[in-house]
Amino acid sequence: MIDISEHLPALQVVVPMLSAGMVMLLRPRGLAWAAATAVSIFAFAIAIALTLTVLEVERQTYLMGSWAAPYGIELAVDAFSALLLLIVTGASSLALLVGYRSLDAEIETERQPFFYAAWLLALSGLAGILVTADAFNIFVFMEISSLAGYVLVAGGPDRRALTAVFKYLIMGTIGATFYLIGVGLIYLMTGTLNLADMEIRLQDVADIKPILVAAGFITVGLALKAAVFPLHIWLPNAYTFAPNMVTVFLAACATKVAIYILLRFNFFVFQPNLAGHDLQFGYFLMPLAVLGILIASAVAMFESNLKRLLAWSSVAQIGYIILGASLVSLAGLSAGILHMFNHALAKGALFLTVACLGLSVARLDLNGIAGIGRQMPWTMTAFVLAGLSLIGIPGTAGFVSKWYLISAAAAYGTVGIALVAVIVISSLMAVVYIWRVVQSAYFGTPQDATTLPREASSVLLIGVWAATLANFYFGLAPALPIELSGSAAALLLEHMP
Amino acid sequence: MELVGLYHYWVFAGLLMIGFYAVVAKPNLVKKLVGLSLFQAAVFLLYITMGKVEGAMAPIFMAGIEEQLYSSPLPQVLILTAIVVGISTTALGLGIVIRIKEEYGTIEEHEIHQIDHP
Repeated sequence: MIDISEHLPALQVVVPMLSAGMVMLLRPRGLAWAAATAVSIFAFAIAIALTLTVLEVERQTYLMGSWAAPYGIELAVDAFSALLLLIVTGASSLALLVGYRSLDAEIETERQPFFYAAWLLALSGLAGILVTADAFNIFVFMEISSLAGYVLVAGGPDRRALTAVFKYLIMGTIGATFYLIGVGLIYLMTGTLNLADMEIRLQDVADIKPILVAAGFITVGLALKAAVFPLHIWLPNAYTFAPNMVTVFLAACATKVAIYILLRFNFFVFQPNLAGHDLQFGYFLMPLAVLGILIASAVAMFESNLKRLLAWSSVAQIGYIILGASLVSLAGLSAGILHMFNHALAKGALFLTVACLGLSVARLDLNGIAGIGRQMPWTMTAFVLAGLSLIGIPGTAGFVSKWYLISAAAAYGTVGIALVAVIVISSLMAVVYIWRVVQSAYFGTPQDATTLPREASSVLLIGVWAATLANFYFGLAPALPIELSGSAAALLLEHMP
Repeated sequence: MELVGLYHYWVFAGLLMIGFYAVVAKPNLVKKLVGLSLFQAAVFLLYITMGKVEGAMAPIFMAGIEEQLYSSPLPQVLILTAIVVGISTTALGLGIVIRIKEEYGTIEEHEIHQIDHP
């Protein structure tokens, strides 16, 4: 009997990737969905097992084909990657498990096997980015997940999904190519692609200019992928026109994985080797984060399409995560990383309720859902509760990370007071845009009184409520995400001089 | 002359900018994709350039020849992967352009914009 526990980092990627090809061949209706769901849940189980290991041993490494690092490809899972693995596989499993009805309604039957294969490839690419310790491997997995992601978004029923995905493809490829240029320049100076080895060898590099250029290319390229303001313009349309369940999946993880690489590169590779890097990193990203938080929240306040409203809110939430990281302190980084987890919970729940609405309402805008609170009480109650978590009401997960963020910002000195004000103002803006939806749903008069929308299926509702209650569970008992994000932040700052 | 000796890098920078210009400035979606391919191809050149060792031969071991100077094969292997990624991106992009043409009847960016925002 072989002990598979040491192979888990590799299986996390290999299982969904190999299953994707087989899922494509499953013709009978619903079978492809069932297989994809089973694989995704299996991946989630692997992620849980890896998290438990990482809580004990700090770092689990795996040598691909037993070739020793830095010559072979090394996989390494630590607290930071484990937390994101939980988000990615969890979001994928929940969206697939409860989303059959919603996906079946939006994707043509004969295309479904291909769609689910693309879903598994996206999952495998995202997981691959998180487990690998090799810079070029990250690029390949990034492109696997992006290409599969374009296919998923293009599956949306509206033809505007096509133009949205074209823009997404162009900007995503430019971002990935920028990253590739940066990695190339580092390889040119060090001759290595292993992240840990890179950090050591950079110390001997005499001419630091190419490394500075590489840091610029990598940071900007990944900021594009992560939709950091003002490089976010692909995001609102891509999220709006994607199939509802794809939005649940991608909104919870695609941009966060890009932020993961951004932080890993900047703190592991560049931080110990570039003088004053922490200041440059902070001064470059902090203004962008603040602008993103304020402008995106303001746009969300005036947006009437439900999905686009939430997408703009996502741009603002990415701002919070980047803001936490740009403080370059233990408290700031843990707050940012914690917010990745909590935002995934809140936004995942909100987009799930939107998927419920999408099954019974013709148009997903404020007029289309007028008065729906009376016909779909369960869905709209979940929306309100998840909205509270997005705003950051005490008792919800959103409150925990905003509280950490505010205390980290307050410790930043004079600028910190302004940052606290920004966070408070944007939370008030969040109250406004969530309230506009609530107002329309509960106090609006339905335009078309002849067809009464019915409550979504119970399976979907169970998923919605599981995600909503998770917001409260992790709001009242936040020990696990706080521990993981705290040790992830400590790992990132280990290399600070 | 150092500047002339580094001409590979000038070619890389030039191609990169031409490709980027096409992506940003051309309204035709296929031309955008051509620009994107050029943009990626420039990066392939950057990698291949850095693997070249002056006066060295291709890294093929042959009986009887020892202590030869070889160029580094690793960047070429990496770029082989990147080329595959580039082809997939272009193929997917062209596939989307075909679907856009079917749905909108045009592949000019401003015309699509007008159809979407009448």
